[in-house]
Amino acid sequence: MCGTCGCDRTDESALETGAGAATRMLRLELDVLARNDEAARENRAWLAARRTAAVNLMSSPGSGKTTLLEHTIPGLTGAVECAVIEGDQETRLDAERIRASGAPAVQVNTGTGCHLDAASVGRALRELDPPPGPGRLDPHRGAVDPHRGSVDPHRGSVVLIENVGNLVCPGLFDLGETARVVLTSVTEGEDKPTKYPHMYRAADLILLTKVDLLPWLAFDGDQFTDAVRQVNPSVRVLAVSANDGAGLSDWFSWLRALATAA
Amino acid sequence: MHELSVTVGLVDMIVDRLPADVRVTRVVLEIGRLSGVMTEPVRFCFDLVAAGTPLAGARLELTEPVGRGHCRRCGRDVDLPDLLTPCRCGSHEIDLTGGEQVRITAVEVTEEAG
Repeated sequence: MCGTCGCDRTDESALETGAGAATRMLRLELDVLARNDEAARENRAWLAARRTAAVNLMSSPGSGKTTLLEHTIPGLTGAVECAVIEGDQETRLDAERIRASGAPAVQVNTGTGCHLDAASVGRALRELDPPPGPGRLDPHRGAVDPHRGSVDPHRGSVVLIENVGNLVCPGLFDLGETARVVLTSVTEGEDKPTKYPHMYRAADLILLTKVDLLPWLAFDGDQFTDAVRQVNPSVRVLAVSANDGAGLSDWFSWLRALATAA
Repeated sequence: MHELSVTVGLVDMIVDRLPADVRVTRVVLEIGRLSGVMTEPVRFCFDLVAAGTPLAGARLELTEPVGRGHCRRCGRDVDLPDLLTPCRCGSHEIDLTGGEQVRITAVEVTEEAG
């Protein structure tokens, strides 16, 4: 793409003559992540047409993303329709756990890849979309297909995207999400935000998970919040526990507000 | 290691835009210091990814533009060595204005003989 006007022509007007007569420079001015960003824009438009919010959940492995989702789906029943995209390098285990908790789920296996990208999420979104047919949801009229139930995204619905457990790579790839949520469990220590600033800087919400374990740990909540403030001064931090339900109602309210605004 | 997907993306983008019958001899690339992309893994991946394409054997010419930011509290424009350093006024509320780019500036191509 031409860097001046965004057209598809390669700009050869700035040719320099190299050492040999047959050598020349092509000025390109290309953003390397442009292809992912374009797919992310398509996902955003797809979601907007269906008035559906999407949340990109990111964390290190083992911070409790899937467990939180297992408790989130029943907690939102009747208020917000949920569907889940599960990203893991291998296995379909997490998608099976999600389906058992009552929501449709698509598993994306990235193989050796360490993050989801917008193209793979786009394919997963289309898998969640009902095929054309009688009783199919019309996002503008709100008809619900009784046979497909909550698969149909409509007003007040949210797609929860569980990214591959990794605090580095997923932060670079826009998936077309409405919001980014970063989870940190209390067993990971207070300094995660300053060790992985790219990830925490981009977060719209931070969930401190497994807070039911606090009585047995030397975790300092204030120190964690200070570390968060260093990289993301205005972000909201919610303390939650999927085990005993602490803080979950605030998390559900946050998701409801996001889904309603979509 | 996201540098592999970044490198695959950059090679694909260049290949898509090459005129017929040319070989790429040099790639001029900017990787901002706040981009979250490391230059060494890109160099490492580049030779592997470029193999078998018109970019095979091309030289990577990398520059690493410094991070820049605008402080919301005092209004200064500052250099940022990383995402943790506050503004001179002590504020962490800084909007990034530079150093996040991963950008192919230009490529040098040579006509294939014959």
